[in-house]
Formats: sequence, C-alpha cells, structure tokens
Amino acid sequence: MEKLISEFSFGLFFWQLFIFIGLILLLKKFAWRPILDAVNERETSIKDALSSADEARKEIASLQEDNQKILQEARAEREALLKEARTSGADLLAKAKEDAKLEADKILSQAQDAIQNEKRAAINELKNQVAQISLEIAEKVIEGELEDKDKQTNLVEKLLKDASL
Amino acid sequence: MPKKLYSKFFIFFLLGLTYISAKESASGGDLKAEIKEYILHHLQDTHDFTLLSYTDEQGKKIHIGAPLPVILWDEGLKIFSSSKFHHGESVAHVGENYYKLDHGKIYKTDAAGTINYDDSHHATNIAPLDLSITKGVVSLLFTALIMFFLFKGLADSYKKNGMVAKGVGRFFEPIVIYIRDEIAIPNIGEKHHRRYMGYLLTLFFFVWFLNLLGLTPLGINATGNIAVTFCLALITFVITNVSGKKEYWKHIFWMPGVPWPMKIVLAPIELLGVLIKPFSLMIRLYANISAGHIVLMSLISLIFIFKNWFGSSLSFMLAFSISIIEILVAALQAYIFTVLSALYFGFAVEEHDHDDH
Repeated sequence: MEKLISEFSFGLFFWQLFIFIGLILLLKKFAWRPILDAVNERETSIKDALSSADEARKEIASLQEDNQKILQEARAEREALLKEARTSGADLLAKAKEDAKLEADKILSQAQDAIQNEKRAAINELKNQVAQISLEIAEKVIEGELEDKDKQTNLVEKLLKDASL
Repeated sequence: MPKKLYSKFFIFFLLGLTYISAKESASGGDLKAEIKEYILHHLQDTHDFTLLSYTDEQGKKIHIGAPLPVILWDEGLKIFSSSKFHHGESVAHVGENYYKLDHGKIYKTDAAGTINYDDSHHATNIAPLDLSITKGVVSLLFTALIMFFLFKGLADSYKKNGMVAKGVGRFFEPIVIYIRDEIAIPNIGEKHHRRYMGYLLTLFFFVWFLNLLGLTPLGINATGNIAVTFCLALITFVITNVSGKKEYWKHIFWMPGVPWPMKIVLAPIELLGVLIKPFSLMIRLYANISAGHIVLMSLISLIFIFKNWFGSSLSFMLAFSISIIEILVAALQAYIFTVLSALYFGFAVEEHDHDDH
C-alpha cells in the first residue's frame, strides 16, 4: 500500500483525467450519439417493418377468411337454390298430379253424367218403344179380346197393373 | 486459411519481439536479480519511450527508443527533452536548476546530482510537480486517437452506407450494442441509461484497448498503473454520487425497512461502502493487469534462465498460453469495470415505487 502511494504519479493521473474526459466529450459528440441514434433508428425501422409485415399477414389471413366466408355463403346459397328447386319441382309434380286427378275426376264425372243421361234417354226411348209396342200389342189384343166385355175390362185392369213400372 | 496462418505468424513475431526487449545484458551480475529489476522497471512509467536496451561489447548500455518531453512546474514551467537524463545516468541542467531521475521520479538536486535517502530508503530531495509526457501518457494519447478515429469512422459510415456499418466498424458495432443492451439497460434501467452511455462506452473501449496495448511488445503498462485506474475509479465515483437521487442517499444514511438501532449501525457501513466500491474497481484492474504482466515477463525470462531446449521451450509454451489468457483477461477486466460502474450508476438512479424492502 505504501509502495503504491509512493509510486503514485500525479502527472500520469493529471494527463489521464485530461485525456479521458476530453475523449468522453469528443466521442459523445462525434461518435456515440450518432452511432446510438443510427442504431436506434435502424432498430425502430426494423421493428416497424416487422410489425407492418405482421399486419399485412393478418390482413391476408382476414382476406382469406373473408374468401372462405364468401365461398361458404355461395355454397349455402347453391344448396338452398337446389333444395328450393327440388321442392318446387316436387310441388309442381304434386300439383300436376292433383290437377290431372281433378281433371280426370271431372272427366269421369262428366262421363258418368253423360252415361246417366244417355241411360235415361235410352230408358225413356225404351219406355216409349215399349209403350208403343205395348199399345200395338194391346191394340191387337184388344182387337181380339173386344168380343167379350168382361174379358175386356179384366184385361185392361191387368194391363194397367202390369204397366206400372 | 492463409489469413489465419498469417495472424499466427504475427503472434509469434510479437512474442519474438518481446524476447528481444526482455533480453537485457546478461554480462556480469546476478541474472535473476537483473530480471527482477527489469520487470519492476517495466511496470513503472518512464520518461522516455525505450523499445529495447542492451549492453554492447564495450560494456556500454545502448537504448533504442525515443526521448519524450519533460514538463515540470518548479517556480515556473520547465520543459525539456528527457534525453537530457540519459536514462537516469546523468543530471539534467535546466536553467539554474539540476534534476535527476531516481526510480522513475524526478528530483531536484545539486550540480553533482546527489540524492539523499532517509532510513527507509526514500529520497528526501524536493520532487517538483511532474506533468511530463511519459510513456504512459503517450500510450493514453495513442489509444485516445485510435478510438476517436475508429468510432468517428463508424459513426460516419452510417450516413454514407444507408444505416449499415462498414469496414472495421462492423466488428465494433455489436460490442456497442452489447454494452447498451446487456450492461447499461439491465443495470441502470431503460429510463436513465442513455445519460451514461457516453461514459460506459468510452470506459470499456479505453480500458480494453489499453489492456491490449499492454500485451504488445511496446512495453506499455498503462492500466497496470495505479494512477490510471485511480483516475477511472474516481470518475465512476464522482458520476455515481453526483447522479445519486434521494433514494440513494436515504439508503446510505437511513436504511428504510429496518429497526432504528440497525439504521444507526448501517449508516457508517454504507458510507464506507460508497468509498470501497470505487476503491475495489481501482485495485482490481491494477492488480489484474500488473499480475498478468509480471507472470508473462517472468515466464519469458525463464527461457533465459533455463538456457536449455527442454526448459526454454516449456517456458515458451507457458508464456504463449498465458499470452492468450491475457488477451481474454484484457477484455474481461474492461467488461467488469464497465459492468460494475453501470451497476453503481443503477444504484444511484434507482427509484423505488414500493415501500417494503
């Protein structure tokens, strides 16, 4: 310790203080400040670039999501359209069937009506013909039977009775 | 590969030069004592820049190097060349005064150059205020110049090269960023670190470069000099205490969170700690670098003591490996000094937003 103190060189201390403080001030102005500023600036620019890249990536992801959504929507719409078409087709078919059935029923009933009418007309005609034939028969019978009075009356009654259809 | 080979060759060359400077005259006297004297001499600052010295056939000492200016304040400024001392062998006659070198110190003497010693072998002559440009000062100036041009070049290369460092700056830029991100910000905090960056960066590179310069065969030993490390520690001490906030002083004089008798006991301990912290910085750097120089030079000297193939080559291998370790120590000691300085600044500006402690 004593040796250290006795060897202590004030001159060297003085120059060291002078040179070192001068060096700190000079380097601060000409080197450290510009270097640290440049490094900071570069770091912030890198950070900005990275964050903007991240943002772009997110944007792309959201775009992709949108695309997916749109695609999904389109698919759903197609599905709905197909379904609708299918149901409407079925409906149409059912309706057509029903219509056809109705028409058929109508035609059938019309035909039945016509048949009924024809039948009635035929019956009427038959009746008329039968009546005429009966009259003719009756005329002939009457012509033959009119010789006897009782017989005539019985016959008429019997005929009338039979004739009630 | 050729580059690697080249650098290996360069290291061998440097080591080779170190031998030559270590190889002082072996003629007469005890070689071991001479080596010891030489190593002690090397650890001290000198008034001339001697690269190597030897004794020629006539027994005359030859020094190869350059004289440096001597600046004394002795009732007026006295400036003269250190060549007047003839490496401490003669008395320098300046104006009406006579000066002589004794163990690296300049004393005022009579015309014959008598130096009187007291009982404990201390010179009793008047020692004038010595502000000479010594070998140490030259190495400080040299390092300062290198640093200025190196880092100014790095700063300018950003402007010219679109925010990207160019050339040798590419090597130093990551170190600058490391000091900011791993030393300053974790120890001082994001908020205050910027204020201390100038000092911490200058400190780290200055100590590192001086340590490395000490490993060259130029025989420089600046960071192994107590005056230099004292100055660095003093600046750390002053910055710490000037930037000390209320919390810092409160922790020293009236430690919060402990019972009051303990506060009284802790205050002197903490106050002592304020001084011990920079003191340990000073001693650590000085001792590590001095020890490194002593070990390295002793191992190199062993080559000349052994003077046989086996011992000398063993010493050479040891010296070689120690040199490599010393390169690591050069960076490590600079790092430790910087980290601890940053840590002390961190204590000074720390803000507690919690009461418990």
